[in-house]
Amino acid sequence: MRTNDILSAYRSRDIARRILQSIKKEAEKLSRPVKFMHVCGTHEDTVTRGGIRSLLPNNVSIVAGPGCPVCITPVEDIVKMMEIMRLAKESGEKITLTTFGDMYRIPTPRGSFADMRAQGHDVRIVYSIFDAYKISLKEKNLVVHFSPGFETTTAPTAGILESVENDGVENFKIYSVHRLTPPAVEALIKAGTSFDGLIDPGHVSTIIGVRGWEYITRKYGVPQVVAGFEPVDMLAAIYTLLKMINDGEVDIKNEYTRVVKYQGNTAAQEAIYKFFRVSDAKWRALGIIPNSGLELREKYNWIDIRSRYNPPTPSLPDLEKGCICGAVLRGYALPTECKLFGKVCTPETPVGPCMVSYEGTCHIFYKYGALI
Amino acid sequence: MCLAIPGKVVEIRGNTAIVDYNGIRKEARIDFVKDVRVGDYVIVHTGFAIEKIDEDEAIKSLKAWDEVLRDENE
Ligand code: SF4
Repeated sequence: MRTNDILSAYRSRDIARRILQSIKKEAEKLSRPVKFMHVCGTHEDTVTRGGIRSLLPNNVSIVAGPGCPVCITPVEDIVKMMEIMRLAKESGEKITLTTFGDMYRIPTPRGSFADMRAQGHDVRIVYSIFDAYKISLKEKNLVVHFSPGFETTTAPTAGILESVENDGVENFKIYSVHRLTPPAVEALIKAGTSFDGLIDPGHVSTIIGVRGWEYITRKYGVPQVVAGFEPVDMLAAIYTLLKMINDGEVDIKNEYTRVVKYQGNTAAQEAIYKFFRVSDAKWRALGIIPNSGLELREKYNWIDIRSRYNPPTPSLPDLEKGCICGAVLRGYALPTECKLFGKVCTPETPVGPCMVSYEGTCHIFYKYGALI
Repeated sequence: MCLAIPGKVVEIRGNTAIVDYNGIRKEARIDFVKDVRVGDYVIVHTGFAIEKIDEDEAIKSLKAWDEVLRDENE
């Protein structure tokens, strides 16, 4: 069997239908309704695109947690980056700002990076930090990569920092807003979000391994399944969680064994912790979460643009009035419960960050017309 | 942005590879998958291969599901 065949098997309607039957059987045995949370925009895409919520029995629900790194990137950091560009311009230094397409459009009370470009600043969308780095090798400008993302994205950042160090590149800097996912899940649990099982993001887990999530089960008794991104993966994860609940088993299982190892990608982990140290960090609409941020270590401070320009951090509201992104990110509400959804707030005229990003729950609901 | 997709390695030059995604070819760094070879499938995220896809595991896990579902639905 070729890999393409294998992947198509994970999209197979026949297998999906059979797992659904088993899900129904398990659901009949439940003594109470259950709620499962995932923390990944791509999982939300699989769930919504596949209409999985409407296929599940009534007593099994799926909620989305904080699975969108650009949605939770603090307003303060985006605005501070804009201030840095203005300061640099005033002092006669030309900055080329690079970031991802969705980060580029995220609204703040002081506008977005897209607005900065409209005002004549050099802002470019890149597909990867590798592309941003290549710009710095070709051009003389100071290239600053505004770098959001969870563990999956931090690994590439660390990979490029390795090149910056080895090649002694002076005109490439970053502004790290990288975040770690397990501490956010832990913070939600501590703040009272309750769910009966956690579907772990397959590609974050590729980096941190099954072992990166284990403590959540051990400490809080939450069953977990590491899942891939095809419909069969998602259904298999739901089935496995139901089975564990009915069997009274509290454990963590790996459904995505074709990619995720127990120990994760240790080379990537080493690179991340070579350059970064863990710190408390703010998440937009969720507040400060202990040990959830990654800051450059002192030794690598010279790669941080804030070592060159450091305007004061502004204090600004996280969200526009009426936007319930905070509740959506906590798994308390689905986008359709927001009064602005689809009326005032659309991908063309986004009010909150969850509508801009391709991984934002509001954006995904809008895109697939999920009005359930 | 977090999206990571599978592709096939068709060429390797130092720490970069050319990865084919159903006919579209792009460069990807392979720093974190050291033992990767031409012909392997990898998961690529923002320009970096983050892991190889283990084809044997994929087949094994599908077979295991097939058995579980057969037992369940008999
Ligand atoms: S629909 Fe718009 S306003 Fe409402 S929660 Fe989502 S992003 Fe915020």
